[in-house]
Amino acid sequence: MLLAVENLAFGYGARRIGADVSFGLAAGEVLCLLGPNGGGKTTLFKTLLGLLPKQAGRIRLDGTDVAGWSRARLARSLGYVPQAHGALFPFRVRDVVLMGRASRLRAFASPGPADREHAERALSTLGIAHLSERIYTEISGGERQMVLIARALAGEPRLLVMDEPTASLDFGNQTRVLDQVRRLARGGIAVILSTHDPDHAFLCADRVALLHEGRLAALGPPAETITPQSLERIYGVAVAVVPLPGYARSVCAPILSRS
Amino acid sequence: MTAAAAARRRGRALSLAGWGLPVLALCALIVVALGTGRYGVPAGDVFAVLGAKLFGWPSTVEATVRTVVLQVRLPRVVAALVVGAALAGAGATYQGLFRNPLVSPDILGVSAGASLGAVLGIFLSLPVAAIQGLAFAGGLAAVAAVYAVGAAVRRHDPVLTLVLAGVAIGAVLGAAISLIKVLADPYNQLPAITYWLLGSLASVTLGDVGAILPAMGLGLVPLVLLRWRMNLMSLGEEEARALGVETRVLRPLLVAAATLVTAAAVSVTGVIGWVGLLVPHVARLLVGPDFRRLLPASLLLGAGYLLAVDCVARTLAPVEVPLGILTALMGAPFFLWLLASGRRGWA
Repeated sequence: MLLAVENLAFGYGARRIGADVSFGLAAGEVLCLLGPNGGGKTTLFKTLLGLLPKQAGRIRLDGTDVAGWSRARLARSLGYVPQAHGALFPFRVRDVVLMGRASRLRAFASPGPADREHAERALSTLGIAHLSERIYTEISGGERQMVLIARALAGEPRLLVMDEPTASLDFGNQTRVLDQVRRLARGGIAVILSTHDPDHAFLCADRVALLHEGRLAALGPPAETITPQSLERIYGVAVAVVPLPGYARSVCAPILSRS
Repeated sequence: MTAAAAARRRGRALSLAGWGLPVLALCALIVVALGTGRYGVPAGDVFAVLGAKLFGWPSTVEATVRTVVLQVRLPRVVAALVVGAALAGAGATYQGLFRNPLVSPDILGVSAGASLGAVLGIFLSLPVAAIQGLAFAGGLAAVAAVYAVGAAVRRHDPVLTLVLAGVAIGAVLGAAISLIKVLADPYNQLPAITYWLLGSLASVTLGDVGAILPAMGLGLVPLVLLRWRMNLMSLGEEEARALGVETRVLRPLLVAAATLVTAAAVSVTGVIGWVGLLVPHVARLLVGPDFRRLLPASLLLGAGYLLAVDCVARTLAPVEVPLGILTALMGAPFFLWLLASGRRGWA
């Protein structure tokens, strides 16, 4: 098991957001985290990434407890992909991707040819080598999301943590990002991502974790965890989950109340 | 032409010219500055004087010219170069660290603290060296206070907390300065205080510059060593940490370094606004936001800019115009133009 989370409790300061969260993740596996706003998805991610101190429990990578690891050591294993954002300064795309090498460099070092090669490889892996010389602030939201994934890949992580990578993207770009997630997983990288759309779990996840009020309401394959009952319980709305003819998966459709 | 192509061309043009051309231009500006003033000295004579001084060339230039160039103007020129570079370099650092292009070196109260120190020194009729020492200490103390407040209020966004603490403490310091101005002797001390608050290089000696150089050098070292990591700091606290950067070590270190540089500069010249805000913008337009190029570009441009402004300050009118007035007069319209041109990402 690459990542093992055991009875994790997390929150801000003394305030508890979630507790008793346990799950594991193997190389090449995609875990999709679903849950309503305020359910603790982002807090859980921040705790996994070591940005927030955990309140209880254990996080292990390859069986080793990560408590006390340096930022760089943690970042070498965990690649973080934030939501596509507008950067403040107009960096070139290749310079943005190069920043993913920070965890592999000493504090006073600047990236060298080998680092630039890693950055270029990450860009080609995602099929966006043509963006290399563009200015990050001038490309589209979908392209930015791809660049941020490339940045994480440039650090050669074994696990990608993606916080709502499809949020604020159009339909096509959402699909493209999820397609990349699948391809990266086939390449052996473990991915844990959060999303607001249960369909995304059907599209790309091996397993789904439903996070509701800070606790895991369900954990398992999409077909078993995403049901009309479970969705209604965590989101509070009626949802139909129906098989998609011709494809080995289901789709979710919300049902409006008739009043 | 697309913006990307423009950026590429800009990059190529710069690598072609390298840093040689800007450095040469700065040297030319230094020669012009040494010759400019009420008593004009031709460039040839400036070269002769400098050559005689530096390399022992035989020189036929008369003693008056030598005195004007070496004793009167050289200290000012050196001070303008050092202080301009310092303010611009610190400004570029602060803008990256605080992820805000409107930030200038005074954001954490350096200038306000230094001003209070200097004003207090003038009020107590202390010698010049003591006034400068107080200004330096005041600048550092103000930033330390802002940082202490920021550290005490841990709950919120640390960057925003720091900036707001800076505003609040700056206001308190401003009130203290006003109080001293009211209490000060209106014929003797008040003009001195006002003059100091407007900033000037008129009375700077080579000794003053020599005294602040160690502090400046010390402050510049972390900025140079961490020039690539500065890029990651501009992503914001959380993202930089997630990418493996120990921001909790680097941020205070970089703030301290930029503060040291600013406090040293302000302690001998008084408050010179706008340089640290404006010059990094122009540098970013020329070389892009990568701190590895932005830092040297800001240092060079800052040095050249303040030198040019100081030349104007001492030739514009029969009475010397305080530098701070000119930098504000020239800086603010340019800044408004930047705003109006609506550059995305504050290129």
